[in-house]
Amino acid sequence: MMEITEGSHAVAHAVKLCRPQVIAAYPITPQTHIVEALAGMAADGEIDCEYITVESEFSALSACLGASAAGSRVYSATTSQGLALMFEVCFNVAGLRLPVVMTIANRALGAPLSIWNDQQDSISLRDSGWLQFYAEDNQEAADLHYLAYRVAEDHRVLLPAFVCFDGFVLSHTYEPVNVASQEEIDRFLPPFQPPQRLDSKDPISMGMYATPEYYMEFRYETDAAMHRANAVIQEAGMAFDEIFGRNYCGLTESYRLDDAETVFIAMGSICGTVKDAIDQMRDEGEKVGLLRIRCFRPFPLEEVRAALRNAAVVAVLDRNISLGSRGAVVLEVRDALYGSGVKVLGYIIGLGGRDVTKADIRKVAQLAKSGEGDLFYGLRREVL
Amino acid sequence: MPLGLGCSARPGRAKDNRTGSWRVFWPRFDHSKCSKCGMCQTLCPEGCISEDGEGTFQPDLTYCKGCGICAEECPGGAIQMEKEEK
Amino acid sequence: MENEACELFDSGHRACGGCGAALASRLILKAAGKDVIVVSATGCLEVFSTPYPETAWKVPWVHSLFENNSAVASGIEASLKRQGRKEKVIAIGGDGATFDIGILCLSGAFERGHDFTYICYDNEAYMNTGIQRSGATPYDASTTTTPAGRCSYGNPRPKKDMPAILAAHGSPYIATTSIAYPRDMIEKVKRAIETQGPTYVQVHAPCCTGWGFEGEKTVAIAKLALETGLFVSYEMVDGSVVKVKKVLRKPVEEYLSTQRRFRHLFKPKRNDAEIAKIQAIADRNAEKFGIDIKLKKPAAE
Repeated sequence: MMEITEGSHAVAHAVKLCRPQVIAAYPITPQTHIVEALAGMAADGEIDCEYITVESEFSALSACLGASAAGSRVYSATTSQGLALMFEVCFNVAGLRLPVVMTIANRALGAPLSIWNDQQDSISLRDSGWLQFYAEDNQEAADLHYLAYRVAEDHRVLLPAFVCFDGFVLSHTYEPVNVASQEEIDRFLPPFQPPQRLDSKDPISMGMYATPEYYMEFRYETDAAMHRANAVIQEAGMAFDEIFGRNYCGLTESYRLDDAETVFIAMGSICGTVKDAIDQMRDEGEKVGLLRIRCFRPFPLEEVRAALRNAAVVAVLDRNISLGSRGAVVLEVRDALYGSGVKVLGYIIGLGGRDVTKADIRKVAQLAKSGEGDLFYGLRREVL
Repeated sequence: MPLGLGCSARPGRAKDNRTGSWRVFWPRFDHSKCSKCGMCQTLCPEGCISEDGEGTFQPDLTYCKGCGICAEECPGGAIQMEKEEK
Repeated sequence: MENEACELFDSGHRACGGCGAALASRLILKAAGKDVIVVSATGCLEVFSTPYPETAWKVPWVHSLFENNSAVASGIEASLKRQGRKEKVIAIGGDGATFDIGILCLSGAFERGHDFTYICYDNEAYMNTGIQRSGATPYDASTTTTPAGRCSYGNPRPKKDMPAILAAHGSPYIATTSIAYPRDMIEKVKRAIETQGPTYVQVHAPCCTGWGFEGEKTVAIAKLALETGLFVSYEMVDGSVVKVKKVLRKPVEEYLSTQRRFRHLFKPKRNDAEIAKIQAIADRNAEKFGIDIKLKKPAAE
């Protein structure tokens, strides 16, 4: 059923259909509409779950950790400073192999304080062992929750997952969204069957400490699960396509890529603008295309390598920066294309809510063609 | 044995660690002085003093670290710590 | 009947000989039985009982972080409620986890009213990291971050009143107890677990390594803490003190002189002024809680 709905409400509705048993969340802009909507559903008995109104994001994820360890499907949502406060718990949830799913309404990290969108928050947790999905629009933001639970809880994976969608740009925007039915979601997403749980009938110690004799092996196993997730995501994407007719079969999406010489790489809502700019440039005879990264963790190394084989130059748009180095995505892409001879250039763009327009994308294409890159795009030199 | 998911393990493996090797003094129980109060067992941080069903208490020297709490707290003075001959 | 079959905390753990926290854990599980789920904070107990794969716990047990055991317990309790399961949830932490770094999560969990029991094994400093002071370290105790020195008598602040803080959250049951009184401790832990809502038990558990005494004295020194009035054993129901263990009080120096952490009060020369300040703390405790046993006949005049 198609509805015009706010992004946050589309996400909240999707979460409800996933039947989480415990929700623990703490309000933070621009995530608030999601947790308010879920609280409203809980208050009206529309969602059958324990809703814990914690005193901080740190406790939100800690409570999710406990509930997941006890065998429940759990949910939380946060962004920016809230995610930063969860940093320690994020690594812990992944190390304990608990399939917590959390929405990130992407927002810049302070200082300076900013409530506006970029992707620095989730990118900064790229090493934490969470799957990371990035939505282009609100349909995908909703759908990725179904996918995330199914993949996270798969016994070949058992890792937590972020579903990232751009704060305000998507979270507060009304778009038409095809709303799934409970019956459809139940067909796609089976109930959570934990391989082990805290249970006095079958006691187990979880989260023990590892001496140097064991630590590396545990890290290896978690990394191996992350790599196994690649195939599980593709499988789940195909199953999703069969039920819903929407295609999430790969970890990336190609747009007008076949004969493209200049290829953009980006994640999230900016890709809509990039696609529009590509259409214009194509009309003008430019051979440009886009490879959109939908899943940043695990990183789709092979997909990227295969898709960019014939590109002349790759322009990576990073809405984040690893200060003192480069954007996180360009580093991955360079790694993927190492030795291929394809030129990879990085552009730090749209930080802290700075608008990115079609004109900007066209300019980046020109810069890339002329070999200029690895720079902050669109700096207001006059205030520096 | 495959690694336990998320660094987890089933109960029972602590017993692999035979802490009796730490001991310098060992508790000699004089059963003639024992009033069968069970305080030694209750207060043992190792939980390694057991009762045989007839009120006789005995330490398990596989795990006894020789801390001496049992000897110190025995109201009848029935336990003496003695230097272990190894 | 106590026998090996009912030991839920295994031998083979790596606590120091004479460890008060190890004894506390055994007694907690004796009181709790097997239908519990335990959440441990990072600390001595967690480390000495669970080096992979040698767990000492025969009940379901989880460790996440240093400061989040109350929040993890919240989530477990909510999950059990949702599943209709009957196990009780116990969070265990040392005084550092409880008084200091974990107080945010602890306050939140108590305010929300989760049905769980928080047990603090109080050994009055960060022992796992090498005896640094915590909010539970008593006045004048020498620790590695409050060492006694030419310009210092040790820890400059008195112990934080954690039971009062949690009582102010509206907790229905709060108790303090000591490993030196196992029957009292077991009864209080049982009562805390049986009471609906967030309950708290603070167990005084001396640390021979950190306080500086021989391991066999752990229980004796714990007794002296009570007998001098420096640690008071009591129960609070709905915010009111309902029961206090009374003692024939001994002077504080009988307790202080047994431990290296107070040695600077006696050597190189006796520091009467500081000992008097500690005696005043005990006197205030005695007055506040009414711990003194009043003899019917006055002592011989």
